Amino acid sequence: MSVTGPKLQATLFEKSRPGRGGGKIPHPPKDALDRIPAAARRGAPPALPELNEPEVVRHYVNLSQLNYSIDTGFYPLGSCTMKWNPKLNEWAARLPGFAGLHPLAPDAASQGSLQLLWELEMALAEISGMRAVTLQPAAGAQGELTGILMIRAYHRSRGDLERTEVLVPDSSHGTNPATATMAGFTTVTIPSAPDGGVDLDAFRAALGPRTAAVMITNPSTVGLFEARIGELLDAVHAAGALAYMDGANLNAIMGRFKPGEAGFDVMHFNVHKTFSTPHGGGGPGAGPVGVGEVLVPFLPAPRVLRDGAGTYRLEGPGERPSSIGRMRSFVGNTGVLVRAYAYIRAHGGSGLREVSDDAVLAANYLKARLAGAYDEPYGDRPCKHEFVASAASIKKATGVRTLDIAKRLIDYGFHPPTIYFPLIVDEGMLIEPTETESVETLDAFAEALIAIAAEAYAAPDVVHAAPHDTPVRRLDEATAARQPNLRWRPMAGAETPCPE
Amino acid sequence: MPYGPHAAADRAHMLATIGIASVDELFADIPVALRAIGLDLPDPEAEMLLAARLEGLAARNRVDLDSFLGAGVYRHYCPAAVDQILLRGEWYTAYTPYQPEISQGTLQSIYEYQSLMAELLGLDVVCASHYDGAAATAEAALMTCRATRRERVLVSRAVHGHYRQTLATYFLGGELELDEIPVVADGPAAGTTDLAALERLLGEPDRPVAGVVAGQPNFFGLLEPMAEIGRLAHGAGALFVAVVEPVSLAVLAPPGEYGADIAAAEGQPLGIGLQYGGPYLGILASTEALIRQIPGRLVGMTTDLDGRRAFVMTMRAREQDIRREKAASNICTNQALLALAASVYLACLGPHGLRDVASLGAVRAAELEAALAAVGVRRVHPGPFLNEFAVRIPDAAAVHRRLLDRGILAGLVLEEMEPGDPTLVDTLLVCATEVTTPEEIGRFAAALASELVPGAFATAGAGR
Repeated sequence: MSVTGPKLQATLFEKSRPGRGGGKIPHPPKDALDRIPAAARRGAPPALPELNEPEVVRHYVNLSQLNYSIDTGFYPLGSCTMKWNPKLNEWAARLPGFAGLHPLAPDAASQGSLQLLWELEMALAEISGMRAVTLQPAAGAQGELTGILMIRAYHRSRGDLERTEVLVPDSSHGTNPATATMAGFTTVTIPSAPDGGVDLDAFRAALGPRTAAVMITNPSTVGLFEARIGELLDAVHAAGALAYMDGANLNAIMGRFKPGEAGFDVMHFNVHKTFSTPHGGGGPGAGPVGVGEVLVPFLPAPRVLRDGAGTYRLEGPGERPSSIGRMRSFVGNTGVLVRAYAYIRAHGGSGLREVSDDAVLAANYLKARLAGAYDEPYGDRPCKHEFVASAASIKKATGVRTLDIAKRLIDYGFHPPTIYFPLIVDEGMLIEPTETESVETLDAFAEALIAIAAEAYAAPDVVHAAPHDTPVRRLDEATAARQPNLRWRPMAGAETPCPE
Repeated sequence: MPYGPHAAADRAHMLATIGIASVDELFADIPVALRAIGLDLPDPEAEMLLAARLEGLAARNRVDLDSFLGAGVYRHYCPAAVDQILLRGEWYTAYTPYQPEISQGTLQSIYEYQSLMAELLGLDVVCASHYDGAAATAEAALMTCRATRRERVLVSRAVHGHYRQTLATYFLGGELELDEIPVVADGPAAGTTDLAALERLLGEPDRPVAGVVAGQPNFFGLLEPMAEIGRLAHGAGALFVAVVEPVSLAVLAPPGEYGADIAAAEGQPLGIGLQYGGPYLGILASTEALIRQIPGRLVGMTTDLDGRRAFVMTMRAREQDIRREKAASNICTNQALLALAASVYLACLGPHGLRDVASLGAVRAAELEAALAAVGVRRVHPGPFLNEFAVRIPDAAAVHRRLLDRGILAGLVLEEMEPGDPTLVDTLLVCATEVTTPEEIGRFAAALASELVPGAFATAGAGR
């Protein structure tokens, strides 16, 4: 197989030549390791690649240019909130005072970061209407696990051991049922109502003395606000269960709806969605969790505390025995949280409400522009920050599928929307433009999708074979899964690193 | 709004296209009783003022100290090229590589990361990353339960306390059992995992063990008899999880060599800043036999329609978005950018550079040991160590506080981390790396000498 197409790169291992590199670290004396017992020592050095700095930098710069990113274009990936990642935030996280602080440094040496974390907790509590917030979870999924383990602890603290079920709608993110399993619960999947929202009657029928929690995404994963959420929350609480809100779609409702005030008991935030911290090609994120009064005792340890004199400290080990414990090492993904803090400060309360207003406005604008060209299963209602379009009619008429349309969008210079999620929509595309894209960009994207819909009828083969203009074409994913090649293996007889 | 592009005319145009008069109409479906009335937060802040605020907060942290603090995360020199690469927007503003045709950069970099870690660890299957060393260790322990269909894991008390606590939290859900293996109290093996106790725990009737978790170097910086621990675990039908420190693997035997089935590690030492707790890098690797049990993303090599080599996320049937409640884990967003940082760091240093980092750290740690011994401060444990060790000091917590006032961060007060462990009273865990200078070591030793009451050393030393 050919290694290089336009810009494709050989691996680091293929570029390696024995004896290259060096000059970064002073050489230690030859007897440096004599005191280490031979039995614990490594025999041969690891066969890591040997390259000079220019080769390393060119390798990674050239690889980077094979990626699509927010910095290079529009990224309307539904449920992922690919908004602009402000540059100030990258600068701030790299300030030596933040970047160089050891997580076990004494509180007296960490007052700046502790203050930032405490203020961020307060801001997230205000945004969510929750009583208290933990910043410890490293990502949204870990936030979910934190929340569900707290719910577990709550029921147990009341001697209520019979609650073994977590109810989730079939439109939920896959992390919700996976989390329920990790927390030791059985998932009960509730079918959605025809309007894409929760089926209140189905939930009422499933709720009972075995229900520990209900996990709801609001706005839902099809981008609609759950208009009967008040009734649902009442039913959940009447059954003695608690309500978890998946906060993935918080970007739609800041300043308009506070889940805690509405009656949710716990929610997570995805700061890498709502609060602009970069996705990094798959992380890092952070998944703070807000809780109502009943769950405060169970928050993970350590919490950030502030005394009357304005001094901050971390809880000590064992200080709050009701805590579920630790979700991870140290205090949290602080470097990510610095960025979220900067974002919230830059916007203030009025700016965050404007963020949500503009995100919802942009989504409804795109929805209106695409109304003729694509099916819009829930088109009769205003969407929130995202909406579902479907190529079901196009597929029926032309054989062109949503996957083909997504790939064709790449030729037009756009990242495709999320496709085939949620699973309840046939040939669905979940489109989330975010508030940071101009009308010109939204128009260009709409015109591309409209043009592709026309192509599906006029020249379906062109759409089927897309993308045409990428470094690689569609991939053989079946062979990749059947015969996994997950690591580079040195060629037979290849040179291993020289001893010196 | 600082990053929004819309002028008033743009909003008016969008509203007209939708056919509404006000954006409020788009929120009419929120029940009136549940509507919020704005946010009680500070006013927006201009970038110039916000930059000054952030600088002010950062300046309240003390990072000007002579630091001997490690305990799971370590200061290292990071080549300048690493951050230059990380600051490219094509890396940090991309999403998870769901569209492989326009994500080959991220996908190849993850494949290379898996390959680099496989080489370092001596294990063939490496997932794309977990949150941190503690979460990776917890996932490793859960893997052993799934793979063996047993429900009890043994973890050495010489594994980092935060890791053991995280394990305990992750074990709440499955109602799995977690037992701690004590450490040896006295003699040449003091501070390492108690093999006799391990053997007893493994032999308890009707309580089969899924996995045994031990660290190398362990939390106290000591080298463990890993091959022996692995042999005992396997003898009882359990899997062996090694919690390792990646820089040390340039000079220490890799987990694959001493029979570990799974390795978990904190990847922070590989070019990632301290950042008051993260983002770091959870490294998780296993033998090929456990490939279906490993949680987290995997990238594989394949070809495109034209036969060009390409990379793609693979074996996705283990993941939450496909398998939902039957997934191996709920992990979704992980630490991809930090895996990239670790890869660029290793590519910049190469095998010899990494060995120099580990060896020079060991040299500085030996110098630190000698300098402290010269002022009467002696190690708690006698066994071999690489770059971190515990020392006994009378009134350690108070001495630690006084040294902070003198600009010295004297490691970790172990009894504050592990209250209630009588063996750790009046001890400090100190470390050195390649960036520790002889001058810093000299200042630390001199300050300790002047802080300690003459005559106290004899008492401190006599305990051991």
